[in-house]
Amino acid sequence: MKNQLADEGLREDLISNEDLRGQSEELISSLVNNLTSNDMEDLDGENWNPVIEILGGIAITRARQGFSPRETGRFVFSLKDALLAILQKEIADSKTLFEESTKISRVMDNLSIITFETFIKGREEVILRQTDEIAEISTPVIRVWDGILALPIIGTLDSSRTQIVMENLLQEIVETGSSIAILDISGVPAVDSLVAQHLIKTVSATRLMGAECIISGIRPEIAQTVVHLGIDLSNIITKASLATALAYAFKVLRLEVKRTTISKN
Amino acid sequence: MILSLSKDNIQVVREQDVVLLRNRVKEVAVKIKMGLVNQTKLITAASELLRNMLRYANGGSCLIEVVSKGRENGVRLTFTDKGPGIADLALAMKDGYSTGRSLGLGLPGAKRLVNEFDLKSKVGEGTTVMILKWANG
Amino acid sequence: MDKIPILRMGNFLLVTIQVDLYDRLALNLEADLVQMVSKTNARGVLIDISAVSIVDSFMGRIIGNIASMSKIMDAETVVVGMQPAVAITLIELGLPLKGVHTALNVERGMDLLKSMIGSTEEESEEEEEDDDSVAE
Repeated sequence: MKNQLADEGLREDLISNEDLRGQSEELISSLVNNLTSNDMEDLDGENWNPVIEILGGIAITRARQGFSPRETGRFVFSLKDALLAILQKEIADSKTLFEESTKISRVMDNLSIITFETFIKGREEVILRQTDEIAEISTPVIRVWDGILALPIIGTLDSSRTQIVMENLLQEIVETGSSIAILDISGVPAVDSLVAQHLIKTVSATRLMGAECIISGIRPEIAQTVVHLGIDLSNIITKASLATALAYAFKVLRLEVKRTTISKN
Repeated sequence: MILSLSKDNIQVVREQDVVLLRNRVKEVAVKIKMGLVNQTKLITAASELLRNMLRYANGGSCLIEVVSKGRENGVRLTFTDKGPGIADLALAMKDGYSTGRSLGLGLPGAKRLVNEFDLKSKVGEGTTVMILKWANG
Repeated sequence: MDKIPILRMGNFLLVTIQVDLYDRLALNLEADLVQMVSKTNARGVLIDISAVSIVDSFMGRIIGNIASMSKIMDAETVVVGMQPAVAITLIELGLPLKGVHTALNVERGMDLLKSMIGSTEEESEEEEEDDDSVAE
């Protein structure tokens, strides 16, 4: 059995890549070195661990590189095919051939299941990473002017997102030394009581730090909801649009925007 | 089901112990990857309860535990003292109420900063306060 | 015995808090500060808490006390450098910090003090400015 497996390393490569050869050899030698025909069946056994580790590594790399599940699975299946082919060549007696083939088949099938499971885990990691990235991108902080920050928020605001916005905003205020932050929620379709409370807390925290926070772009529907919910926004500076909020900020900072005159000479 | 993963009991007798305890709590919070804002809330809540313990009960002990529920990890602090106890719990949990010279924000304030809060007290025997904060708030 | 150093910057006093305040230290600070305000006729006090990562109600009370004492001695108090996590926690805690003005840093804090003191001392024709806010 062992000798047959040792032969394997050379034949298996139906694909011509250097890397692939390396991977295959690694897998095969791990298989050969770690197993006797006794614990072939017991995949939970300790001897299988190095093999499973290598297989897992291959699967995760494939997942990250964007290989399809089918392609990654084929890697293991090709080993199975090769092994079965060898068995066929080397075992004459059909009954033994069948027994050995079944054993090998079972083992390889289990290995391919492991391959798929690891592959899926690899993909999930990609998804999680992307989710984080989306969360970061969707709350940009823009320095519109020296000392003025603008945060246009797009999409639904839930409690956890609002908290992230609050933390980002305060951090940016410290880092840029800005004295005014404009939170524009014209891209937010609806606000519930909890989110409104968080927004009020954001404004309070900003004031506590020595800066000011203006909320702009409140949609009429949100204004209605806020009043119906009995939320008190009288202590918060609200402006209809980012533009008017900016104009207000300029006034507070005693900045003036003037149209230049073009001299005719 | 909340499982306790590690336990650490600290005696708090003098004010300097407050600093020690704050640092211990911070270590544990950082270890379970709690974000800075949540860390600050947890340690501030602990600070409030510690000062109460020192002021009214001459000290006590604090049990620091790392707990987990499913995939979430958290920090649970249990403050135990053998002080005079709290007579009117409802009153104690009201903002602004104080029997000392303080601002009266210790208990209700601490409660707002954490995820779970439990207080048991018996006049003449002592008080036990438990607070829990999950890593993700 | 530790003492927190109080620096003099022209008309103002600057206190930078870098250690955890405990009872004795806090009381000393209050006493020293009030003494210095009187001695130097300072018109403003800046408390720099940029190195403070935890502000509980005890600390809040001390800051409030300093502000009240200074006010009695005709000096305004500005707290500068509050960390974001601290600000968020204080809001949740519900700490009032009454009579305490805040600014992002020492420079802004000094500007704020100058504007506050300027409008009481001189009869300026300027409009009242509300750049930096009063913490409520």
